Amino acid sequence: MDLYEYQGKQYFARFGIPVSPGEVADTVEDAVEAAERLGYPVVVKAQVQVGGRGKAGGIRLAANRDEARSSAEAVLGLDIKGHVVKRLWIEKASDIAKEYYASFTLDRAAKLHLAMVSARGGVDIEQVAEEEPEAIARLHIDPLDGLEPAAALALAREAGIDEEAVEGVAGVLVELYRCYVEGDADLVEINPLILTPDGRVHALDAKVTLDDAASFRHPDWDAYSNLEELDPRDRLAKEKGLQYVGLDGDVGIIANGAGLAMSTCDVVEQVGGKPANFLDIGGGASAAVMANALEVINTDEKVRSIFVNVFGGITRGEEVANGIVQALARVQIDAPIVIRLDGTNAEQGRAILAEHASDKLVSLPTMLEAARRASELARTGVA
Amino acid sequence: MSIFVDENTKVVIQGLSPTSQGAYHGLRNRAYGTQVVAGTNPKRGGENIQGIPVYATVAEAVAETGANASFIAVPPSGAPSAILEAAEAGIPFVVCITEFIPAQDEARVSATLRRFFPGTRLLGPNCPGIISPGKANIGITADDIALPGGPVGLVSRSGTVFYQALYELTQKGIGQTTGVGIGGDPVPGTNFIDCLAAFQADPETRAVIMIGEIGGVEEERAAEFIASEMDKPVIAYIAGVTAPPGRKMGHAGAIVSGSKGTAAAKMAALSQAGVLVAKNPTEAGELMAGVVAELA
Repeated sequence: MDLYEYQGKQYFARFGIPVSPGEVADTVEDAVEAAERLGYPVVVKAQVQVGGRGKAGGIRLAANRDEARSSAEAVLGLDIKGHVVKRLWIEKASDIAKEYYASFTLDRAAKLHLAMVSARGGVDIEQVAEEEPEAIARLHIDPLDGLEPAAALALAREAGIDEEAVEGVAGVLVELYRCYVEGDADLVEINPLILTPDGRVHALDAKVTLDDAASFRHPDWDAYSNLEELDPRDRLAKEKGLQYVGLDGDVGIIANGAGLAMSTCDVVEQVGGKPANFLDIGGGASAAVMANALEVINTDEKVRSIFVNVFGGITRGEEVANGIVQALARVQIDAPIVIRLDGTNAEQGRAILAEHASDKLVSLPTMLEAARRASELARTGVA
Repeated sequence: MSIFVDENTKVVIQGLSPTSQGAYHGLRNRAYGTQVVAGTNPKRGGENIQGIPVYATVAEAVAETGANASFIAVPPSGAPSAILEAAEAGIPFVVCITEFIPAQDEARVSATLRRFFPGTRLLGPNCPGIISPGKANIGITADDIALPGGPVGLVSRSGTVFYQALYELTQKGIGQTTGVGIGGDPVPGTNFIDCLAAFQADPETRAVIMIGEIGGVEEERAAEFIASEMDKPVIAYIAGVTAPPGRKMGHAGAIVSGSKGTAAAKMAALSQAGVLVAKNPTEAGELMAGVVAELA
């Protein structure tokens, strides 16, 4: 789960990482009042989960009440790469002497945490990584050892951080690592991490991706989840606990497991169809989950046929079949359903489906045949 | 032969209770012929669940039954400590199917095994387990989709595509030495290279199918290994050819960012290593039928 900048800063603050004082505002009036309380100059920042806000006019400096108003008016409702700004973060403006970069994430290949620090902050770090890889200092961290202050100091020096900022940056690194580990984040990133003319180091931006799997030990995360930016199909799927990604085609896809769901999309394309979505019902899905999945697909008006591709392991065939039967009884599903069912208890599942077979519920024995039929039905409709 | 598990493997099911996932699948594993010798449950020491003696700890189960593998199907909050308990008890092979273990916990468990328990191999988490057809099945793979006798070894990151590939082979009458589902989590205990090395060393495995998916660099690393260390034919399939970049598909495994980790990049790396790359699981089976015919 990605946090908005203001949420990320609030998260940082819990771990002692210095951030600028600021307030959230959803209306122009609230923005002006927040600016008055904070004192000028302030920065009015669009809260959207997409890069390139500054270039799109989503970050503005305001030196007085009138400018705060005009800035808030300009940014609220702004469309930034398809994301409409509904919320602002009003922040006390900082004087910037230097801009740095710092992040922690997991290096899967090394099975270790990876710290990256650079004196070249405030710009697109991926571009820096490509053009000038030596400008980014990297340190692998064994989770059993953690990040010691001495190692953080050495890392900051290696990154070429200015001497007057080295101690401050190292301090932030230690706190940021704690935020990453104890805060169960997949990624924490500060860009830019700034040095002010009076020698203080603090986070001017915040990028935090929380690990959804850890939500069971962070009940406070509930406050974030209902604010996520999702399209309506994605939101419905998320509420029902399904892994869903909307695509542009007309063959609705339901499969168990991310790999098989992706493979199903691949095969549908290979036989000339166009997947409308990726939908993974996960391992051990019950009849209710299967029924929910069909309901989510059914809300997509583009869908002309539905391909259910299940290879049971922990997921049991009879549960899948019962879910389809339940969904058909519960909601009007106009698109024909083509199903391929194999694996654990597939025989039982197929027997249940056979009782309900019709020209709108077709069982086929292989993934390829089923993909072909579903793609064909999307083109021609039920004969 | 098979890799990692065979007919002599003795399995302890951790967190066993009459209604647990471990019991459901553990009993199916036993019905297949796997030696399921014990269960553990701190609250049920001394009980007997459908003929499986239950001990309070893994250490006791090992002492009493000689268990040398464990099967963990407990919820994410308890799985990390279950893995470490098995390692402390000296279990050399631990299969953990648990999905949604926090990445920080996985990283810590992985580091702990590496430093303190190098003799323990973890398979998973978030994997379907391992099957050496006709000998042992530990995990949730439906056993009737596998065929004993070799000569093909199979390793997969995706669980359900693992089943699909096993089934494609079995339907063509091609047997398997061992099928390993390594799982798609951020920090898998056992990776492609571990399995490829074991298959290369196993005289009865004469060809290998490798199923990858988008995201990460594990397939690219495997390609390097295949090029330099393997002389057995390898066929690969990568799921996610049509996946849009920048979207996370599924729990943790499959995410594409930039050109790194795309299906195209992985397929190119594998092709360069001399691997035959199939465009879907069915074609992988067909290509393998051709390879096996050449072997005979």
